[in-house]
Amino acid sequence: MAVLEAQDLTLKYHQRCVMDGLSVRIPEGRVTMIVGANACGKSTLLRGLSRLLKPAGGTVALDGKDIHERPAREVARTLGLLPQHPTAPDGITVRDLVGRGRYPHQGFFRSWTGKDDAAVQRALEATGTLELAGRDVDELSGGQRQRVWIAMALAQETDVLLLDEPTTYLDLAHQVEVLDLVTDLNRTRGTTVAIVLHDLNLAARYADHVIAMKEGAVAAMGAPEDVVTEELVREVFQLEARVIPDPVSGTPLILPIGRHHATAPELEPA
Amino acid sequence: MRLDRTAVLAAAVVLLFFVSVLLGSYTVTIPDFFTIVANHLTGGAKIPGASFIVMENKLPRAVVGTMTGIAFGLAGALFQTMLRNPLASPDVIGISFGASAAAVVAIVLFGAAGAVVSGAALTGALAVAGLIYAISSGGKLRRTGRGNAAGNRLVLAGVGIAAALQAVVSFLMTRADIRTAADALVWLNGSLNSASWDRAGVLFLALTVLVPAVTFIAGPLRILELGDDAAAGLGIRVNTTRLILVAIAVSLAAVATAAAGPVSFVAFLSGPIARRFTGKASLPASAFVGALIVLAADYFAANLAPLLLGGTVLPVGVITGVLGAPFLLWLLVTANRKDA
Amino acid sequence: MSTTTARPAGGTGTQVPAWAPTGPLPGDASGRKRAAWLLAAVVVLVLLAGASLAVGARDVPLGTVWQALTVFDPTNGDHAVVHARIPRTVLGLLAGGALGLAGAAMQGVARNPLADPGIIGVNAGAALVVVIGIYVFGVTTFSGYIWFAFLGAATAAVVVYLIASLGRDGATPVKLALAGAALSAGLSSLMNVILVSSQDTLDRFRFWQVGGIAGRDWSVLLPGLPFLAAGALIVLLAGRILNSLALGDDIARGLGQRVVLSRAVTVLGIVLLCGTATALAGPIGFVGLVIPHAVRFLTGPDYRWVLPFSLTAAPALLLAADIIGRVVLLPGEVPAGIMTALVGAPVFVWLVRRGKGASL
Repeated sequence: MAVLEAQDLTLKYHQRCVMDGLSVRIPEGRVTMIVGANACGKSTLLRGLSRLLKPAGGTVALDGKDIHERPAREVARTLGLLPQHPTAPDGITVRDLVGRGRYPHQGFFRSWTGKDDAAVQRALEATGTLELAGRDVDELSGGQRQRVWIAMALAQETDVLLLDEPTTYLDLAHQVEVLDLVTDLNRTRGTTVAIVLHDLNLAARYADHVIAMKEGAVAAMGAPEDVVTEELVREVFQLEARVIPDPVSGTPLILPIGRHHATAPELEPA
Repeated sequence: MRLDRTAVLAAAVVLLFFVSVLLGSYTVTIPDFFTIVANHLTGGAKIPGASFIVMENKLPRAVVGTMTGIAFGLAGALFQTMLRNPLASPDVIGISFGASAAAVVAIVLFGAAGAVVSGAALTGALAVAGLIYAISSGGKLRRTGRGNAAGNRLVLAGVGIAAALQAVVSFLMTRADIRTAADALVWLNGSLNSASWDRAGVLFLALTVLVPAVTFIAGPLRILELGDDAAAGLGIRVNTTRLILVAIAVSLAAVATAAAGPVSFVAFLSGPIARRFTGKASLPASAFVGALIVLAADYFAANLAPLLLGGTVLPVGVITGVLGAPFLLWLLVTANRKDA
Repeated sequence: MSTTTARPAGGTGTQVPAWAPTGPLPGDASGRKRAAWLLAAVVVLVLLAGASLAVGARDVPLGTVWQALTVFDPTNGDHAVVHARIPRTVLGLLAGGALGLAGAAMQGVARNPLADPGIIGVNAGAALVVVIGIYVFGVTTFSGYIWFAFLGAATAAVVVYLIASLGRDGATPVKLALAGAALSAGLSSLMNVILVSSQDTLDRFRFWQVGGIAGRDWSVLLPGLPFLAAGALIVLLAGRILNSLALGDDIARGLGQRVVLSRAVTVLGIVLLCGTATALAGPIGFVGLVIPHAVRFLTGPDYRWVLPFSLTAAPALLLAADIIGRVVLLPGEVPAGIMTALVGAPVFVWLVRRGKGASL
């Protein structure tokens, strides 16, 4: 299994320092959700963890070894990333796109083996996109396309999978489906998963571990029940809310108060 | 199915090659052709007239034309795939203008001809390419979230530089005497008139390096198509790969321009035509289509056009432009309509 | 669950909505400042016009220039030189102003800062039709060229704009640039067929091609005046239209703007302006592109200011380019079209680096 951690990480975007001296560990074999308000640095953190962004200071280590000192393809065999807004080339079919996820595993002369076929097949089945395999990616709906991208990330068959807002463009049913899928992956194969998610309620439900970020630093870390509290929501999201146990899953459920709709007196801000 | 179509293209290239050598305003029979070539290689007796025309004119012309077409076709396909924009190409983004400007400078200011002009063209193309790359890879890179921001800036920088270089070329054309200006004009349009075995040899050497380089980079290119982030996630070193791609594509365009001048539209058209014909974006198919376009256009320019225009042999680049622009515009119209 | 929103108890009842403005709106103070700058620009322009009359292969002192304008003495050599330079200067003012206005308006209509008549194929259209004029009709004078040039420029501009505006996003920078480049390359190939076949045509054409304000007399300028006036009128009145178009078609409609109609009318004005300017002075690039940008640093994005400033600054650039061209390569001249390209290209490149044009 693979342990991913950042030590004393400093990340900059165009000379602007987004985070300074951050140390964080992505727990092995668990589902970690990274949450926070807009522009708090959560996407930046993910990009820093995945080799997309070279650190201005500090290190990112996978299994104790700095990922920037290892060859890119070797890292890509263990650490996979699905970025925001991926773009598919014109005219590419689903099967072809998912197949490109096998690139890190293929030798220098890029030979395609039975193992690659099997991985693609598994990925298509797991995401329910097998019947779309021959279609052009351009023709698919937003939700279908997102599932195909996830299939590509799955075909990469890594020990660690990072997903940056994988549920944008998806309706609620598909959001739940994607998160269930990722959970399956974690439970059956032990894949370490880290997801940046903007929906706090879904994050609280699906997470084994939550990292809440504010202004480039970690505001809180731990199990959802411990981290997702009214004080945290107030501090990290500047939002007045009540937090109650979700009647379906038992995980924390955030009920925002807002200015117009609070009815019963017991729902007034504390 | 796909492989068959690419093989069809390859066969068409061979066919057109022989058509341009054997047919046209001067015809050679097939047995004669083999005799000529065999005798040339073994030092045997030449056929008066035919030997000269075949060995000194038609054959080198067809050989240079084929190789130039392959080089331009590949360069265009590489640019279009890398920039993820079917409408990008070295002609449009100013690299050809860099070659043209340098060549016209050589012709008008230094009275150069032949190999010196080719060398100047090569230098010009590479210089402009370097300039465009430097411009578009620095500066603020705003992430637009979709599409290829760096790629678009490359296109825009190239279009701007092309416009500026065109002004320079126009100016030089007014400073020269009319004969020199007319010569420069022919060069500016891309021509196989000065095809020779020397040029063919140099071009061949260059291609023996560049074509394997293309096959080497083809794999990473397919991953780069998925977007910078996804490609990095799959283990590609994005900036390095892109730099190598640009270097290879520009070198291909530059050596082809040095050999035959900026034959317009070949680089741009080959990729889209190949894709429509074979159903898949394919580098080998683009190369073959490039060769087909050049051979066909040159056949028309050298043999048919003089019949229509009372003896003027047109530069090949003029024919490709006249055919290419409507096709490009049609592509734009359909691409834009598909967007709506 | 109650459906009425009962007022929660406590101190939240007197909250002011977040979107209400809290301070004074930007007032006329900056408007006065802009007017002062505009006046300064006009003064600079007048000085440059004076310099254009004075400077050249034969320099004339300013005092004599004034005399030549007011108490013209036909036997005085200096006066004659000044008189000969008047149409040139006037053309610089007219063509420069037209290009500046057209460029600024084009950027507003196409909603992107990298539109310029040269880049969208106008020059190639004009060139092709001029070559046809020379080859087929034997036209040889500047005043003869202007009708052909105007026809070609107008047709090309319209075609490019129409093609580029197909599709969901309208005329984006990249689509305009590529459609313009495609049409330009195609039209110039056609043109080259003729030029390669006829050296005489090439000999005449290459001097028009380079773009400049020298060598044209009143017989060239006068026919263009009504078109320039009409175009300028349309465009100057379009400031408000351009401001709302800048917000996007949907918002503009929501504000009551008839988008398609006002865009079409504005494009008509642009075509009148840049078609005529190209007809009179040949293809001159970069003026229409670079000036509106430079001007925006002073005026901000309000087109009611950008347009008049462009109208003053662009002829200043063109005259300055022409003047420099007169002295930099004595005894010959470098045409203004070249100098504006040499100045404009680095500025354009700088704009691209700043990322201004890259948004789709």
